[in-house]
Amino acid sequence: MPSYVITEKCDGCKAQDKTACQYICPNDLMTLNRDLMKAFNQEPEQCWECYNCVKICPQQAIEIRAYQDFAPLGANVIPMRGTDSIMWTIKFRNGILKRFKFPIRTTVEGSVDPYKGKPEVDFAKLKQVGFFTTTKAMPVIKK
Amino acid sequence: MEKETCTFSFCAKPAIEEIETDLLLIGGGMACCGAAFEGARWANPKKMKITMVDKAATDRSGAVAMGLSAINTYMGDNDPVDYVKMVRNDLMGIVREDLIYDLGRHVDDSVQLFEEWGLPIWKMGDDGFSLDGFQAKEAGKTSLRDGGKPVRSGKWQIMINGESYKVIVAEAAKKALESNRAATGEKTNHYERVFIVKLYNDAKEPNRVAAAAGFSVRENKIYIFKAKAMVLAAGGAVNVFRPRSTQEGQGRAWYPVWNSGSGYALGLQAGAELTMMENRFVPARFKDGYGPVGAWFLFFKAKATNSLGEDYCVNPEALAEAKKKYGKYVDNLGTAIRNHLMMRDMKLGKGPILMRTDEAMAAINKTFKEKLGDKEGAKKVKHLEAEAWEDFLDMAIGQAGLWAAQNIEPDKVPSEIMPTEPYLLGSHAGCAGFWCCGPDDLGAPEEWNKKWVAGNYNRSSTVKGLFMCGDICGASGHKFSSGSHAEGRIAAKSAIAFILDNPNYKPTINETADHLAAELYLPFEVYEKYKTLTTDPLINPNYIRPKMLQTRLQKISDEYFGGISTWYMTSKTMLDAGLQKLQVLKEDASKMAASNLHELMRCWENYHRILSVEAHARHILFREESRYPGYYYRGDFDLVDDTNWKCFVNSKYDIATDKWEVKKVPYVQLVEDAAPVKH
Repeated sequence: MPSYVITEKCDGCKAQDKTACQYICPNDLMTLNRDLMKAFNQEPEQCWECYNCVKICPQQAIEIRAYQDFAPLGANVIPMRGTDSIMWTIKFRNGILKRFKFPIRTTVEGSVDPYKGKPEVDFAKLKQVGFFTTTKAMPVIKK
Repeated sequence: MEKETCTFSFCAKPAIEEIETDLLLIGGGMACCGAAFEGARWANPKKMKITMVDKAATDRSGAVAMGLSAINTYMGDNDPVDYVKMVRNDLMGIVREDLIYDLGRHVDDSVQLFEEWGLPIWKMGDDGFSLDGFQAKEAGKTSLRDGGKPVRSGKWQIMINGESYKVIVAEAAKKALESNRAATGEKTNHYERVFIVKLYNDAKEPNRVAAAAGFSVRENKIYIFKAKAMVLAAGGAVNVFRPRSTQEGQGRAWYPVWNSGSGYALGLQAGAELTMMENRFVPARFKDGYGPVGAWFLFFKAKATNSLGEDYCVNPEALAEAKKKYGKYVDNLGTAIRNHLMMRDMKLGKGPILMRTDEAMAAINKTFKEKLGDKEGAKKVKHLEAEAWEDFLDMAIGQAGLWAAQNIEPDKVPSEIMPTEPYLLGSHAGCAGFWCCGPDDLGAPEEWNKKWVAGNYNRSSTVKGLFMCGDICGASGHKFSSGSHAEGRIAAKSAIAFILDNPNYKPTINETADHLAAELYLPFEVYEKYKTLTTDPLINPNYIRPKMLQTRLQKISDEYFGGISTWYMTSKTMLDAGLQKLQVLKEDASKMAASNLHELMRCWENYHRILSVEAHARHILFREESRYPGYYYRGDFDLVDDTNWKCFVNSKYDIATDKWEVKKVPYVQLVEDAAPVKH
């Protein structure tokens, strides 16, 4: 399915300035039922299972149930995304459990300073090949 | 049938906001993030405005939204000349070598920036085993910029811990946009959840782009962006052919399901010339979950065989048969030919095709234990197993879920692989896109640079002011994520040069803002006008809903243009018949109906898909050979015909007359032939 929302856990992001899953879904699938103040996936057959809604949900209310046109029931894959790494728990249909932890970034979120220590632009080089960061001569195809 | 128009008699008129900017970036994926980073640096001292418009949230938009486990283009010690040879070989000989070389000599800087911004990159440990991004940092391994050695899974690929790849790249792009706001005093220059529907050309200069119109997917509001130049990177086209999966599994496309052909449709409607739109990509991937096979092939050295255990890529009979039709291209076993050989065995009933993950893991287990002893060897194998799972968890999580659901432990059993439905794209192993200006220092014909119809600006399309990158800059595949970022930077820098060369230009268009609003909101008007006629608004004789528009398109392309149901086979008669049906579908598109903003986006996305497919079919029809066996076949010309067709096929669409012009353009070789590959 794609993503589904556990009724009891979803609070509609009442305390946040926006509904996290609705904000992040690259395919505009997650939406908020304003009467119930619960989120749901409005078009499950267009879900890529990218898990961005699962990872961002502050209540851990969203999980993924695999596509039933080819996947048997009974397994799940659950992430816990931290600030520098992510933990995955994979449960097989037969009960086998696998756990993995992987790095996700080596810097503090929000700390990127893209131009720090980089050269200023030189407009004399605007029409030459290379970027503003390029310091060495660009190679060409040798005949 | 009577044509529908929108006069806002039935649906409410949206608010309209007009925005003037210097450089408009359409898209928020890797390419436009690169464009924002490079563009803002050049724009800021001149107080030029840069504006990004993204249909999603930039942190997780575009093809890298889920993450990636590898960066597929990093030169390192390699020569970009060899990169050109590899790309040319994989794309069956017809590529723009100037664009590819140019990308190769630029790309590493972007990858080095990613590492500086915080992307964890694997490095080789002193014991010859890989270290993940954290371990490498702790071990004090040198950064890529300072010559650090990445872990290569192939000659061009490096391994990363890429769950947050897009978040990190987006952070730098957003900071760059912020710096541009500071330089120009603009309050806003980053629009998320705004979907661009159409570009409009200049009122005085028909071959110049002047405006882009789109709508908010969150409120009833139309945006009209007027710009002096635009960088277009709105992605390739997915779900254009009937997929193998049915119902809810359709979401598990190999390429991101939200790539709706907008990049192609926006550019071609503005009159930009296309190239190699006959190209498509049919990846062979793990069946149904479409998880990546690259690491299994390259990193774990797994073999794919038919179910009898035979390697279908070395079968002498199959190779001889293919060689008769496809000639020298069979010798190098590019991706298309390997697909062809796989499908031959499938058609002979020798499937399922299996990736022998179990055998690969057993071989690794043996080597490690011999080298390191039982205890240490087992530890390393466990680490390797985690790496195999990470490959999925970083970029195709659904595949991990599928293995778990099927109780597949890759060290115990092999897994099925399968050729997918076709995709249109130009940054991965495909090259469908626009005909673009290249650099003028590589010995390419002057028609490709100094004499370029829209001025000598690298990555300019044939329309003035319209620059292309990522999936839609054509005839130059294998850029992947890093190359798309680098190409966005190249495009933005040259767009800045274009703007500075045209200081007095002011974009104007013929259409009024009300006209644009009516055009974009037509699917609302149609829906509101007719919805009460029937008891169920889903079924109504007066309109077509976006889902069925997509379904009909997929059925036409699948059955007539060489989809999975004909084993990728088509011909002139099939294409002619399909194009007739597609024309009628285009007419019906004037009766698209949307009940909410989400559906309005789906309507226009699917219209973009229709135009992308039309370009694809017209190119296949024009090229009277089977240039990409394994991706598609012309049954009436089942050969690779270098005598007549070693050339580009270019096309141009005229929106006023709804007519296409298709033509041959000579291929020019810039890099000498590759040394013969031995089997």
